Amino acid sequence: MSGTAHAIRVGGLDVRFGDIHAVRDTSFDVAAGESFGLVGESGSGKSTVLRALSGLNPDWTGGIEILGAPQGRRRSRGFHRAVQMVFQDPFGSLHPRHTVDRALAEPLAIHGIDDVEARIERVLAEVQLGPGFRFRYPHQLSGGQRQRVAIARALIVEPKILLLDEPTSALDVSIQAEVLNLLVELRRRRGLTYILVSHNLAVVGHMCERIAVMNAGRIVEEMTTEALRAGTPREAYTRQLLLASRGYDRAAAAQFRSFD
Amino acid sequence: MSTRAWLLAPTPGSRLQSRLGQAYLRWLAFRTNPLACVGLAIVVLLLLAALLAPWIATHDPLAQSLGRRLLPPSAAHYFGTDALGRDIFSRVVHGARITLVVVLLVVVTVGPIGLLVGTTAGYAGGWIDTALMRVTDIFLAFPRLILALAFVAALGPGIENAVIAIAFTAWPPYARVARAEALVIRNADYIAAVRLQGASPVRIVLRHVMPLCVPSLIVRSTLDMAGIILTAAGLGFLGLGAQPPLPEWGAMIAAGREFIFDQWWVATAPGVAICVVALGFNLLGDGLRDVLDPKQGQ
Repeated sequence: MSGTAHAIRVGGLDVRFGDIHAVRDTSFDVAAGESFGLVGESGSGKSTVLRALSGLNPDWTGGIEILGAPQGRRRSRGFHRAVQMVFQDPFGSLHPRHTVDRALAEPLAIHGIDDVEARIERVLAEVQLGPGFRFRYPHQLSGGQRQRVAIARALIVEPKILLLDEPTSALDVSIQAEVLNLLVELRRRRGLTYILVSHNLAVVGHMCERIAVMNAGRIVEEMTTEALRAGTPREAYTRQLLLASRGYDRAAAAQFRSFD
Repeated sequence: MSTRAWLLAPTPGSRLQSRLGQAYLRWLAFRTNPLACVGLAIVVLLLLAALLAPWIATHDPLAQSLGRRLLPPSAAHYFGTDALGRDIFSRVVHGARITLVVVLLVVVTVGPIGLLVGTTAGYAGGWIDTALMRVTDIFLAFPRLILALAFVAALGPGIENAVIAIAFTAWPPYARVARAEALVIRNADYIAAVRLQGASPVRIVLRHVMPLCVPSLIVRSTLDMAGIILTAAGLGFLGLGAQPPLPEWGAMIAAGREFIFDQWWVATAPGVAICVVALGFNLLGDGLRDVLDPKQGQ
C-alpha cells in the first residue's frame, strides 16, 4: 500500500458492452474517509464505473485497487465486507417477499456473523427506523423508509466504503434531504468512504469534497466542491452542465452544444 | 386484542406474526372470489371423501354380488351397481383416494424438479440454460398422453408406473414457468444487492430466486391437477393405469363402456366425478392465481 491511504484507485478503466464503449480510459483516486462525487448526464458512464467497482459488471479492463488490494473479476469475501452499495430505486432493491428483519439478517448469515439480534436493532436505530419496522414487508414501507432499510442493509456488515448510485433521485424532495443528511451523519460517525454517483449537482455539492465530471465515458474534469460552488470550472462542458443545473433558460439552452 | 387486529397489526412484533398477517390478507382476498370458493369446497370435499372413504362408502368397493349386477340407482345403491354387482357409489368414493394419491405424488415430484431446473437455467444463463432448456424442449415436443403411454408400455402397467410416467411428462411446463420468472428476477436490484453481499449462486437461487417462483408454480400445478387427473383416467381407461379390481375412475368408465346405452349409470358416475374434481381444481387454481401472482402487485 502506498503512503497516502487510498481507499480506491482506478487506473485506465475501460468498459465495453458489445459495440458500445461505455467507459473510456478513466482514472481517479479516492482517499480513505473522503467523499467523492461522480456527476454527468444520463449515459455518461458514471453508474457503469460504479458497477465495475462493485464487481457487478465483470466486463472491464484496467486497474481497480480497493483498500490497497488489486481487484480481479471475482471478488473475495473480504471485499464484500469492505464495500457495499446503495441502489437508486428503493422499490427494486429490496426483496419483495423478505421482511426488513430477513433482509438485514441475510448479509450476517452470509458472512457468518453472530449477535444478529443486537446488530439488527443497532443498525435500525442508526438509520432512524424504530423497532416497529423490523417485521414489515417492503410493500408496507414508504420510499424513504425503504431507502433507509437499504442503507441499513449495506451498513450491517460494517463496510469501509459505500457506493451510492443516485441514492435519492427516486425519492421526493423532502425525503431526499432527510436521507442525504442521514448519509452525511453516518459518514461522520463511521469514517466511511463514499463514492456518490448523481446527475444532481446540488446533491453532490452537499455530500462531496471532490467531484469528477463525466461525459461520453470519460472524466472531463476533476475539481473540488469549492470550485464548483465558486462556479470556476475549467472545461466548457462543466460550465454547460452547471448552467443547465440552474434550471431551464431558453437563451442558455440555445447555446448548448454536444460534447461527444 | 382480537385475533383479527393482531393479524392485521401494521407493526408486527415477530416473524411469525408478520407471516401469518400476510397469509390472512391473502385469505381475505381469496374469500371475495365466489368461484374460487366453490373450487376450494370441491377440493375439500374430495379430501374428505378420500380421508373418510371407509365410513362414507355404503358397501365394500370390491365385494362382488353377481345376482345384483347392473342395478339402476336406488336407495340401496345410490349410483347403481356395475357388471360384477359392485356398488358404484362406494367405488367412486374409494376412487377419490386413488385419484388424490396420483395427483399428489405427481405434484410432489414434478414441482421441485421443474423449479430446480427452471430457476437454475434462468439464473445461470449461458450454456447451462441452453442445455437444460433443450432437454425440456425434447419432453415438451411429445403429446403428454402419448409419452405417458410410451413410458407405461416400457415400465409395465400399474398405478405406480402411471405416476412415474405422468411425472416424466408433466415437469417441462413447470421448468419453463420457473425459468421465465428467474430471467426477470436475476436482473433485479435486490439480486444485485445480495450478490454484492457475497452470496454464492446456490444461495441466491435457493433463498432469493426460488421463493418468488413458488407462487406461480403453485397456481400452475393447481391448474394442472385437472390435466393430471385426466391423464391418469386416460391411462386407466386404456388399461395401462390402475389395474382391476382397483376402483380407479378412468378404469371404471372403461368397464362401463360396454353398457353405456342400456346401463348409462355405470360410466356416468365416475365420469361426473372426474369432471367435477377437474373443474374444482381449475376454479381453485384461478382463485389462487389472483391472490398469489406477484405480478398483480401488492
